[in-house]
Amino acid sequence: MERYYQPEIETASREQITAWQSERLVRQVRHVWDNVPYYRKKMEEKGVTPEDIKGVEDLRKLPFVSKADLREAYPYGLVAEPLKNCVRIQSTSGTTGKRVVAFYTQHDVDLWEDCCARALVAAGATDEDVCQVSYGYGLFTGGPGLNGGSHKVGCLTIPTSSGNTERQIMFIRDLNATILCCTPSYAAYLGETMKEMGLTPGQIPLKAGIFGAEAWSEEMRRDIEKTLGIKAFDIYGLTELSGPGVAFECSAQNGMHINEDHFIAEIIDPETGEVLPDGQQGELVFTSITKQAFPLLRYRTRDVCVLSHEKCSCGRTHVKMAKPRGRTDDMLIIRGVNVFPSQIETVLLNLGYGANYQIIVDRVNHTDTLDVQVEMTSEMFTDNMGEIAKRQKQIVDGLRSMLGLAAKVTLVAPKSIVRSEGKAVRVIDNRKI
Amino acid sequence: MSVKQISVFLENKPGALKAMTSVLAENEIDMRAFSLAETSDFGIARIIVDDVYKTTTVLKDAGFVHNLTPVVGVVLPDVPGGLDQVLEALAAAQVNIEYMYAFLGGKKDAAYMIFRVADDAKASAALTERGIRLVEADELANL
Repeated sequence: MERYYQPEIETASREQITAWQSERLVRQVRHVWDNVPYYRKKMEEKGVTPEDIKGVEDLRKLPFVSKADLREAYPYGLVAEPLKNCVRIQSTSGTTGKRVVAFYTQHDVDLWEDCCARALVAAGATDEDVCQVSYGYGLFTGGPGLNGGSHKVGCLTIPTSSGNTERQIMFIRDLNATILCCTPSYAAYLGETMKEMGLTPGQIPLKAGIFGAEAWSEEMRRDIEKTLGIKAFDIYGLTELSGPGVAFECSAQNGMHINEDHFIAEIIDPETGEVLPDGQQGELVFTSITKQAFPLLRYRTRDVCVLSHEKCSCGRTHVKMAKPRGRTDDMLIIRGVNVFPSQIETVLLNLGYGANYQIIVDRVNHTDTLDVQVEMTSEMFTDNMGEIAKRQKQIVDGLRSMLGLAAKVTLVAPKSIVRSEGKAVRVIDNRKI
Repeated sequence: MSVKQISVFLENKPGALKAMTSVLAENEIDMRAFSLAETSDFGIARIIVDDVYKTTTVLKDAGFVHNLTPVVGVVLPDVPGGLDQVLEALAAAQVNIEYMYAFLGGKKDAAYMIFRVADDAKASAALTERGIRLVEADELANL
């Protein structure tokens, strides 16, 4: 028997969903027009006023918003509520080092946590469960989002945050954690570690896991399910929209239901901006219709995917999105962290290196690795090994503070990085996802 | 008094060193001394050659990152205690040695060593004072 966190919403008729969307969109457009000069200007440039938006069918009249807008309007330019009404920020890295800072009112936090609660209940969670949240807590949305969702469901929540694998396993075993929330690579790593400790799936109390923030394959799902003896569910989200829980997987495990009462999804042709029909692959665009503090209209996610309105065996009626199949920009997701090659370039240029570098991403033992190869220059070379090691460490430290990730830095011979048509190939992603 | 050593950046991978020696071979450059320092991903080849100008030119043309490092060349008697004498002089003068390496000069009863020190002038003075002979660039070229 399928269980829902908010059954009347999650199984609402298409007519009902469309009615909610229309009403909320009209209100949201008015809200941003009245409160966000940046939006009003964008709409005026396109010749649209709130009167033109009468329902969801008018959505395509609105201008798109992209990461570039977020950068330009940083930090307060897109905030639609007085700061005294805001209670939280969350943040993620953006291009060239500028971070994306998203604002929340208490109402926004509540709705976000509802979305995460829906995902947890879809994964089988009840108030009898013990939910271990091993996503990072802090600016990253993973920990706070699932933590809030877990509270709403009434699970006993263990906020371990990420890292310290030994302690993670201790809590799973000693406190009988039944639900695990973390990145899929960390879930796989926990599974491998427990296997090495001689634990069989039968000895691991976990029964389900919610794993997101990075791409993972069906093979990886099967691996995780087998080693941990659980059902593994995908979850999707962006800090810009709230965080995890924009969409989540149900028992059918073949696509993620988008919470359409909060987010309107469109698929567009990334070149022309034209809206594509259902089932066609394109760039995913979201409009957040219930967010108060940081509403985004037609936000281009750069994720490439497909939507499906086919009836789902779980009984939920909200549209499903397939796992994103790639990006329309050069963003990489490494260990759940958004990484733009331009950020790495900024670190190198600041330290006096040239722009001749290569980023090699791989997945070793289910964990992403980041190797930045930098061509040695005459200016940076010295006969002193210790001095070179020090410079290498400066790059590692610079990358850590820019990305929040530990990277390996390899100094390579000049001109050794493969160039294609004169341009260095910037990114080699060897991960098989 | 110092000798010019050429330090060359090399990746630590098969064929990297050979790529450099091939350039030297093609240009008929004679190496007098050679030493290699390495980490797991890169290394520095340190060489003393017969023709410094020509070597730096051909290495640059071949795309090698390198620089010139002043080092002190020392001739010591090839007898027990020979090196000890040299180190005694440097220790007494409080000269720190960054690295050193020995090479064969083809002379009977004499050994050659290269010292990279923090202070060339101080090291040279300390050694000369104790009657230890230093090698000039010319002498190295003609060994």
